[in-house]
Amino acid sequence: MGKYLAKRILFMFLTLFIIASITFFLMKIIPGTPFASAAKLPPAQLEIMKAKYGLDQPVPVQYAKYIGNLLQGDLGISFQFNNTPVSDLMFKRLGPSMQLGAQAMVFGTIIGVLLGIFAALRQNTWVDYSATFIAVLGKAVPNFVFAGLLQYFIAVKLGWFPVLFWKGFEYTILPTIALSIFPIAISARFMRTEMIDVLGSDYILLAKAKGASFFEIAIKHALRNALIPLVTVLGPLAISLMTGSLVVEKIFAIPGLGEQFVKSITVNDYPVIMGTTILFAALFVVIILVVDILYGIIDPRIRLSGGKK
Amino acid sequence: MENILEVKDLNISFHTFAGEVQAIRGVNFELKKGETLAIVGESGSGKSVTTKAIMRLLPPGNSEIKQGQILFDGKDLSKLTDRQMQKIRGKDISMIFQDPMTSLNPTMTVGKQIMEPLIKHQNMSKAAASERALQLLKLVGIPKPELRIKQYPHQFSGGMRQRVVIAIALACNPKILIADEPTTALDVTIQAQILELMKDLQNKIDTSIIFITHDLGVVANVADRVAVMYGGKIVEVGTVDEVFYNPQHPYTWGLISSMPSLDAKEEELYAIPGTPPNLLHPPKGDAFAPRNEYAMQIDLEEQPPMFKVSDTHYAATWLLHPDAPKVEPPAAVKSRMRKFMGAK
Repeated sequence: MGKYLAKRILFMFLTLFIIASITFFLMKIIPGTPFASAAKLPPAQLEIMKAKYGLDQPVPVQYAKYIGNLLQGDLGISFQFNNTPVSDLMFKRLGPSMQLGAQAMVFGTIIGVLLGIFAALRQNTWVDYSATFIAVLGKAVPNFVFAGLLQYFIAVKLGWFPVLFWKGFEYTILPTIALSIFPIAISARFMRTEMIDVLGSDYILLAKAKGASFFEIAIKHALRNALIPLVTVLGPLAISLMTGSLVVEKIFAIPGLGEQFVKSITVNDYPVIMGTTILFAALFVVIILVVDILYGIIDPRIRLSGGKK
Repeated sequence: MENILEVKDLNISFHTFAGEVQAIRGVNFELKKGETLAIVGESGSGKSVTTKAIMRLLPPGNSEIKQGQILFDGKDLSKLTDRQMQKIRGKDISMIFQDPMTSLNPTMTVGKQIMEPLIKHQNMSKAAASERALQLLKLVGIPKPELRIKQYPHQFSGGMRQRVVIAIALACNPKILIADEPTTALDVTIQAQILELMKDLQNKIDTSIIFITHDLGVVANVADRVAVMYGGKIVEVGTVDEVFYNPQHPYTWGLISSMPSLDAKEEELYAIPGTPPNLLHPPKGDAFAPRNEYAMQIDLEEQPPMFKVSDTHYAATWLLHPDAPKVEPPAAVKSRMRKFMGAK
């Protein structure tokens, strides 16, 4: 297990290095300079600016310098925000996005899994049909529509929660619900299909023949086996939620990563683009590793042979 | 001997889109204490449905016990609530299924799966149940039980898994063990081992067994009595000797003729012509009549009752009616009967 982990982590760094390199060169292909939007600078002034940020040097030199800095954990400084270090900028904004994403993910998965289980246990009844309806709705309707509806009815009309901003837990509830619709839909549909599949299997019949009750069969025997495929879809979903939803963050005026990322692309803020990309990629590879480890915990058949002593 | 289970006039139907399928049409039998009753018949004859009905494991949505009684321990199992039934399943009556590769939960250790009925039915502590599971694994002949108890099903071979399933079934010393084709999915050498194990265990723990199979060779090996099923009914029932040496029903003759034998002089293995009846529209007369070369007019018109051959031997064929012409079993059956005698 230790050896496997070490190997996986090594490959994670290799993956990140390749992603950083590709992003770097892709950015150099994008036309324009970071200073295009600034007030019209005289060419001489522009040259001074470029020299200051090292943009006058040949691309391979810039690349070597960038990777060198990256290895020391230095992501550079932002062009657009008064030379603030990129890491400060990012981590300040990462908090709200991660919190919102994690809340939506946990809430959405729990609700979705429960819906899926009930739907499967009460197949072809009103419970099943309502769960399917919610799932189809959640997949078909974009989350900003829910965001707007929630804001209007629950915040403006009923006044239960604040409409905008990010000042405390009660501010997170509406955006969490809006964001969780999608994970609810995905996990409810997956869970229902898998549970029905598992409940029809021979080992469930044997469990019944042992005298297990309905509840024991659902929880002890079926749930774990039905969860295995769900883990595969939830990993990537978790990342897309935690790295910030541009539209939902905008609607609720949340200072998150998503908004900042898009802005930095429009103004060619190279260090911020690079930093955010690397951060997303790092989150991604970590989650994939977590998913693989989770597989082993849930399903003994894919547990690594090294674990058997 | 005392009857431990009595099935009386059992009728079971499945409701399908095409209509009502009458899978079981008036089945009667009894199981005596300590005996092994084999139920034989081809696919669709109703053997599995009958035993699943005893365990009340038929799919609740589309199956229905139309009439009849399943008497066990003074109770009619067909009338019990789910909760009452849960107390009987795995404790008094347990079951072994056909395919050991799929009948164990892949995400639970073998030990836990054996301990489950012990903790549930006998209120054992975890430690006691684990100790008992270890004994059971030893009993069913699994080497290194201390190691194996912590392993998962995928670390076992097919034959070993079936041993585990048997250990689970025997955990609470059930009064009745239902084995639904327990050797069909195994290869022949393992089949022999599992049959040997079951016979051995029956002697040790004194349980009654209902053994479902379509393999007459297996029947001769394990059973005390045989019930032959066809088209949702029992057509012949008797002791193994009676059914093998003195078969009365033409369907039983067909089954015996179609058994492969090692020194077969016949060039071709006999097969019963035709196909089983469609129980969506059960025939008015004897269900076997269209495939029966000895069928008479009455076979098409009226269902034969059970005719008594001896105190323990009954068969449902009009050939046993006093007015029926005398018919000798076909030559293939006779030659096999002689061989059974010789083997004895």
